[in-house]
Amino acid sequence: MKFSRIYAIFLRQLFLIKSSPIRLTPIFLWIVIDVIQWGFISKYLGSLGRATFGFVTVVLGAIILWGFLTRLSHGVMTAFLEDIWAQNFLNYFASPLKIGEYLLGLVLTSIFTGALGLSAMVIVAGAAFGYNFFKIGLLLFPFMIILFIFGISLGVMINGIIFRFGPAAEWIGWPIPVVLSIFSGVYYPIATLPAGLQVIAKLLPASYVFESLRAILSGSAVDPSLFSNLLISLGLSSVYFLLIYKFFVSVYRHNMKTGSIARFAAEPN
Amino acid sequence: MAGPVFGQNMLIMSDNSVLKVIALSKSFAGIKAVDDISLSIEEGKIIGLLGPNGAGKTTTINMILGILEPDGGTIKIFNKTGLDETRERLNFAAVYAHLPGNLTVRQNLNVFGLLYGVKGLKEKINSLLQEFDLEKFADTKAGLLSSGEVSRLSLAKAVINDPGLLLLDEPTASLDPDMAEQIREKIKNYTARTRAGVLWTSHNMKEIEAVCDQVLFLSHGKILLSGDPKTLPADYGKKDLEELFIAIAREPLTLHNHNEV
Repeated sequence: MKFSRIYAIFLRQLFLIKSSPIRLTPIFLWIVIDVIQWGFISKYLGSLGRATFGFVTVVLGAIILWGFLTRLSHGVMTAFLEDIWAQNFLNYFASPLKIGEYLLGLVLTSIFTGALGLSAMVIVAGAAFGYNFFKIGLLLFPFMIILFIFGISLGVMINGIIFRFGPAAEWIGWPIPVVLSIFSGVYYPIATLPAGLQVIAKLLPASYVFESLRAILSGSAVDPSLFSNLLISLGLSSVYFLLIYKFFVSVYRHNMKTGSIARFAAEPN
Repeated sequence: MAGPVFGQNMLIMSDNSVLKVIALSKSFAGIKAVDDISLSIEEGKIIGLLGPNGAGKTTTINMILGILEPDGGTIKIFNKTGLDETRERLNFAAVYAHLPGNLTVRQNLNVFGLLYGVKGLKEKINSLLQEFDLEKFADTKAGLLSSGEVSRLSLAKAVINDPGLLLLDEPTASLDPDMAEQIREKIKNYTARTRAGVLWTSHNMKEIEAVCDQVLFLSHGKILLSGDPKTLPADYGKKDLEELFIAIAREPLTLHNHNEV
């Protein structure tokens, strides 16, 4: 594995972002809109009935962390789509580039765009609603690590689906984070869900993060199971990451056998 | 041994072969695209891979490039079977493999130079821009270039790592005769300077005659004929390579070598 090749993949994406400012839009637009929209909704809910619960504090923290995950997932996906749109697979995969290096290049790009998006959300939340993202404290670090691994895994999984079924599968990729947010307890506690859906929630690493986040920000006493929940969450996200990486590599090998890498636009068999 | 030697699905290898393909096969949905072909290329030689559309030329090239898995056979590049060790010394240009149109000429060369592990990349890019007459387009997006300029850029990328084996799939297709001639000269000069082996496909028989040391005729995935492009037509009672090509495409079974008793 050579860093120069990983850097080459990142550099191509950086050139694209620099050459066309319109590419900056998806990095910031939706997640900043979410922060503003939920900031006002939370403010309004907080004003109802003289609630003592800090809606802004709890909801905005969750929105920012979910925006971070979504941005990472879409970052990996968008970088991959750029190569599909430019029909660049033949040039890439006939070069010394290895599949792991390619994925790491996409991940590096996503870290860059994800960090930009996160910074924008934190600044807007602070400026518009006086929200201090860092009040989550030291647990912010493990939360972000878990969401990072899960967000990247989601992005690679979506890429695998697109790589297997062709460019038309792109539409599946965009709503997946929204669908998962239903089960991840981003906006409400998992207990709100029917029992059957709570089972799905327990399989998602993000649900443990948001349950823990809510407990911390609402000022409840620290749940003794918090650390074991975070360990389960970290374990789940790591297992998903490995399985999804294997899935992507198996799709790559399938495409090597069928000839789809050279003729990807024709859609893989 | 002085040059590459081919037979019908046979080959004689020498120590200075840059490419050896042995009994290579590939089928798609039960149809044999490449059927048990063997060939070798020695350093400094340009080998023409000819055949009608769908004969298996691009499939063969894709397998050598490592982007298509063969069903059977062996590919040895610089006497090694593992592509991981040889890919930095291999490169290609193909009429259907344009570099990303949304990057500039210089950005493309930068990205691919990094991928191919080129040392002294900045100087290398400047020298390629000069050599391929692309200096004034250095900051132009590749998608805005003319066909000739795109071909020169593809070729500049193809030699950015000074490959010892160069695969060219119709490198002059869609170019005007003047531009095609310039491209041919650049490739010939490159081969003479570096002693690289080249596998070249084209439907321009005059071009093949002008640049290739040997030719292979493929039809339905099999090698039907091989030999010197200057003498091969006469051996089969044809006036030139084009007439021989047409005969192979239409009536391959009627071909007879007049030198064989």
